[in-house]
Amino acid sequence: MKDALLAEFVGFPGHNSDVIEGYLARPVTDAPVPGMVLLHHAPGLDPWCKEVVRRFATEGYACVAPHLYHRRGPGHWADVAAAGRAAGLAESMPNQQVMGDIAGAAAYLRAQPGSNGKVGVIGFCSGGRQAFLAACDVPELDAAVDCWGGSILPQPPVDGRPASNGVIGRAPDMAMPLLGLFGNDDSNPDVAQVDEIDRVLTELGKDHTFFRYDGAGHAFFVTDKPVYRLEQALEGWQRVFQFLDRTLKGAD
Amino acid sequence: MCTWLSQQVEAQGAARGVSDWMKVTAINVMYDHPVSAPYDHALLLDFVDPAQGVGARVGIELSATSARELVRAIEAALASTEAVNDLEQQAHI
Repeated sequence: MKDALLAEFVGFPGHNSDVIEGYLARPVTDAPVPGMVLLHHAPGLDPWCKEVVRRFATEGYACVAPHLYHRRGPGHWADVAAAGRAAGLAESMPNQQVMGDIAGAAAYLRAQPGSNGKVGVIGFCSGGRQAFLAACDVPELDAAVDCWGGSILPQPPVDGRPASNGVIGRAPDMAMPLLGLFGNDDSNPDVAQVDEIDRVLTELGKDHTFFRYDGAGHAFFVTDKPVYRLEQALEGWQRVFQFLDRTLKGAD
Repeated sequence: MCTWLSQQVEAQGAARGVSDWMKVTAINVMYDHPVSAPYDHALLLDFVDPAQGVGARVGIELSATSARELVRAIEAALASTEAVNDLEQQAHI
């Protein structure tokens, strides 16, 4: 039954074997299913992200969203996220830690009795950049989806925020197919930046497919904010599941 | 001194509170994606006491317009005659 699912909070070892919390939804089925690791956006593991986790379960994926701010807790997810955001991205979600948490989530999914052995990653906003990096640094994964990940390219210093090197330098090690979705009205990444990421991956011969949407900006999948764009989001979700069904379920 | 001068500004946003008074030792301010307020970006204010854990927090998310109104009202309250006189006498605050 397509819409039967179980959802719960689980714990699993992440980076440094720290046990971190995650929100899991899985379809109720006897058939083997692939796994998906979902990386929340900057506000944290909020109701929209949890809704998307359940959406994956209805599409036949066991999906877990690691709470990437978990180490700032314990506490209500919104307070934990607020503490993480106040500390800044580099301190609250350092790349190496997030990659370790993703690898832990992938191992957890693969260890479940109903797993088909395949695991992908999808991330939104800061999670998009983390999904891009995971495609290079977490070889245990089989596919990656970057939804409007910002700061993949080097960024100049802005106001009090220091310059960053981005993660594009890791692209030579990208070891799996990458799907990218971007809104053409976004400012990070803007159209020229997406062009540049596309150019680098093409030059490196990396398997990547980008879909870019007019009339959409950053976070156009997010249903509880004004930036939501119905038509583009419906088309984007179709692209996501076509890609994942091919790479993780072996569908044509 | 009791000023009894209260200003109310119309506001659009969201707040997350605590059940009783708490000490505030820091205020985090950022303009970024809100968690609850129905905007793509909002002015986020967190009144916190980090030493007491992440739950010691009053979180406010305001539209940019509401945040500017709040700034105006705060400045007006601090610029009232009685406030100015009081502050002159308490220069240490």
